[in-house]
Amino acid sequence: MIPISRNNKNSGHLFPLIQRQILSPPLIIIIPSSKMIHFVLLISRQGKVRLTKWYSPYSQKERSKVIRELSSLILTRAPRLCNFVEWRGFKVVYKRYASLYFCMCINQDDNELEVLEIIHHYVEILDRYFGSAYFILDEILIAGELQESSKKTVARLVAAQDSLVEAAKEQANSVSFIISQATK
Amino acid sequence: MNPFSSGTRLRDMIRSIRGCKTAAEERAVVRKECASIRAAISDNDNDYRHRNMAKLMFIHMLGYPTHFGQMECLKLIAAPGFPEKRIGYLGLMLLLDERQEVLMLVTNSLKQDLNHTNQYIVGLALCALGNICSAEMARDLAPEVERLLQLRDPNIRKKAALCSIRIIKKVPDLAENFVNPAASLLKEKHHGVLLTGIQLCTDLCEVSTEALEFFRKKYTEGLVKVLKDVVNSPYAPEYDISGIADPFLHIRLLRILRVLGHGDTDASDCMNDILAQVATKTESNKNAGNAILYECVETIMSIEDSSGLRVLAINILGRFLSNRDNNIRYVALNMLMRAITVDSQAVQRHRATILECVKDLDASIRKKALELVYLLVNENNVTSLSKELIDYLEVTDQEFKGDLTEKICSIVEKFSPEKIWYIDQMLKVLSLAGNYVKDEVWHALIVVISNASNLHGYTVRLLYRAVQLSGEQEILVRVAVWCIGEYGEMLVNSIGMLEKEEPITVTECDAIDVIESACKQYSTDLATRAMCLVALLKLSCRFPSSSQRIQDIIAQNKGSLLLELQQRSIEFDSILQKHQNIRSALCERMPVLDESTYVGRRAGSLPAAVSTSQGAVLDLSNGVGKPSAAPLVDLLDLSSDDTPVPNSSGNDFLHDLLGVDLSIASTETGTNQAQKSGADVLMDLLSIGTLPSQSSLSSFDGLFSSRDNSASVGGLENLSSNTTLPVQASTESGGFPMMDLLDALSPSEQNREDSGPTYPSVVAYESSSLRITFNFSKQPGNVRTTLVEANFVNKSSNAYTDFIFQAAVPKFLQLHLDPASNNVLPASGNGLITQKLRVVNSQHGKKSLVMRIRIAYKLNDKDVKEEGQISNFPPGL
Repeated sequence: MIPISRNNKNSGHLFPLIQRQILSPPLIIIIPSSKMIHFVLLISRQGKVRLTKWYSPYSQKERSKVIRELSSLILTRAPRLCNFVEWRGFKVVYKRYASLYFCMCINQDDNELEVLEIIHHYVEILDRYFGSAYFILDEILIAGELQESSKKTVARLVAAQDSLVEAAKEQANSVSFIISQATK
Repeated sequence: MNPFSSGTRLRDMIRSIRGCKTAAEERAVVRKECASIRAAISDNDNDYRHRNMAKLMFIHMLGYPTHFGQMECLKLIAAPGFPEKRIGYLGLMLLLDERQEVLMLVTNSLKQDLNHTNQYIVGLALCALGNICSAEMARDLAPEVERLLQLRDPNIRKKAALCSIRIIKKVPDLAENFVNPAASLLKEKHHGVLLTGIQLCTDLCEVSTEALEFFRKKYTEGLVKVLKDVVNSPYAPEYDISGIADPFLHIRLLRILRVLGHGDTDASDCMNDILAQVATKTESNKNAGNAILYECVETIMSIEDSSGLRVLAINILGRFLSNRDNNIRYVALNMLMRAITVDSQAVQRHRATILECVKDLDASIRKKALELVYLLVNENNVTSLSKELIDYLEVTDQEFKGDLTEKICSIVEKFSPEKIWYIDQMLKVLSLAGNYVKDEVWHALIVVISNASNLHGYTVRLLYRAVQLSGEQEILVRVAVWCIGEYGEMLVNSIGMLEKEEPITVTECDAIDVIESACKQYSTDLATRAMCLVALLKLSCRFPSSSQRIQDIIAQNKGSLLLELQQRSIEFDSILQKHQNIRSALCERMPVLDESTYVGRRAGSLPAAVSTSQGAVLDLSNGVGKPSAAPLVDLLDLSSDDTPVPNSSGNDFLHDLLGVDLSIASTETGTNQAQKSGADVLMDLLSIGTLPSQSSLSSFDGLFSSRDNSASVGGLENLSSNTTLPVQASTESGGFPMMDLLDALSPSEQNREDSGPTYPSVVAYESSSLRITFNFSKQPGNVRTTLVEANFVNKSSNAYTDFIFQAAVPKFLQLHLDPASNNVLPASGNGLITQKLRVVNSQHGKKSLVMRIRIAYKLNDKDVKEEGQISNFPPGL
């Protein structure tokens, strides 16, 4: 029903054991002590990626692999099951809002319930302030750690930066600017 | 041109990509877009850089390569305006990671931006630095971040705090510089700054014991007070989540108190009251409250003992466990696993509930619960727990069976109160999920059975019954076949009946039926069929009146295309026909295997067993079906270098049992013995001096002799690759019909020499003592297969004895080793050893050959080992 055992079977992907150590670096470096989010993924119900943000180093190849594995793991889970899946010694906390799955990868011993709350925090801000999901995420998380617990503050900061961009746009569109550019 | 009027084109691109119906169509659109972006990059187009970057990020998200855009990020970041910088940093964080060299080039721009007057630009730089900085950048930019940490603007301070976390994780030496500025953040009222400040202090404590001592002494009380204030704070809409003021802050405070209280009684005492308050007063009907309780329980479990608090914590977990929300139950299981080291009695109380969770619909919960049950088992409850689990094994779905079986076997083995119970449980597992049982587990079972002399009859009768019902479980069948072979007469004559047993009537014919049908049913599995043949041979003595029938069944395999079976049946047949006088001596019961030795050997091989389950790459010469033999494992496992090869694994145990040491060829490759293959080993074991059926065997030698000269014969190629038995070159042709086939094909062999490309020889490995050269040739019509002739030359002035060459290859390659020409390598290059290798490259044209080798030999009676990797194969192999 649910292919959770897949992550066990998948372990030997290219080279078994030493060959992998020698010829290619291990896929993920585990830092058990540090509490942090390793990456954030937004995946649509159809498996299309809507946002990726990586706080631990993953090569492009690994990123695609991670996305592929997690989409098949998470999208196939039935509703009303718990929001956590274990994956390669990590835990992925996911939650579905409308047709979008928000996934965050954490260490085994991190607080899953808090991460669910962080996801909800993010979703509420996205809901209230219509802006780029990337810029909003950057005001919520840095280095995989929570930066701000006030939704209002996050919205205010993103709005201020968006208006800076608007101002620059307007300046560029203004008649005097075009003339000054033309006469340069 | 206006740089900002180009937004629609990004939208257009996204629309056209999303509109694609096939992957090929999508690739075409992306290819076109990438081409135009590349063109813009090479034109150094300023106007569309912004838009192109946005497109690249979208393309990257779809999984296409975008490395060519990395420099564009740098150019955007270096631009003066905020919009360019914003998109530039975003691209930098997405398209690059800390391992890329390009990243170093951005250090200077980052430094400038960290000193910028616009707080938002400083914010962008801090965010990028915090997300992707490398150790070098951390060193270079730490002073800037440290300075920013002391500014008044909360937006910059909180970002600088998180950025500092990344810096000290990358370069822990820098921690001491951050201790004082971090401590000053703890006095802040702004939640963002306080939140990030606490997080920074927690991480400082983790990387530096001085920092830990500092914060413990000076800030424990202060932090307890902050937590008190937060817990008792009035309703604040800005931070409120389901009735709790800032649960995130709660959690971080509890977390730092955990770090400070751990291992320190004074600090722990200081926080007792507030922890009790949080544990009792926090609302547990919403997720936010439960998240705080989770953290609180963790803290209570880690700080110094206060039994009152522990009771509270365990009670919270008990409540969690009976919660209807799956998330909460999952978390409860997870935490009980950690609590078990603190208070196992308290966890045992919840055993029944945990056992229910093993049967949950949710795979995540099932898995966690099973792990927990595993930890809960002890001598007292093993009977009831394993009964529950085995009952559940019957109804669980396929995917869970593997995990469950493994755990049950492990529990049963570890805690079995008596042998009969162990055998009963194992047979139940084998009947329900035999196919999930690992080799070493059923091998261990056979050792136990062979040791329990009073239970032989009981076991064999139980197995006989089980096989009738669950013949589809191959491992069960194997164990049954082995036992019937050994204890067949006890089955038929009901010897050694236990009181609880029901009488059963089995005729000789029935017993042989079991083996015959196993032989038919598992016709593809070499190991099972080989075991059947041995069992039949043994039964021929136990059941003299059925001898003729047994002989007929054995004879059926004489024409088998699998060499191992062919050989066994021919040898056994001759024993049956010509050596009646010694037969009963040959077929005596296996000597009882020493349990303690086996356990010891198995313990030594445990990691090895794991490694083989990942897929063995080497196909050892003369290896049967599943060649998980010791030398291979040893070669693949660098860590076990100094363990003597043959003792390091219990896997060869089966082979001992079966009477043929299948792994011997690899350890003795190069000796004359190996050339003669397992047949001699078997004969030695059966203590017969000469092979009686010499003539018939040599005809098989003839059949396979083509391999040495040329393995180009298609049909034979497949045939021999199954068993890869090294055979002496022999031109003797028996009256075997297939010889005609060979003769007909032999002319093609001569053409081979001048057709096909030639490859230069390479020195594959050279050390001060040894040189290995490889000569290559290809089989015509089979580009994937490369024949390698390895020549070993001794460069030292002493001869090497017991010379063994081993090799391992990645999965996409298949390797077959023929035996070496000799196992003594004369000194100073006065002669060489040659050994042939055959490598099949399943990724021919895409990947080139690569090989890891190990050479072992004796020099003046001292063991010498050399290892190396060969990656200088000529291209095109």
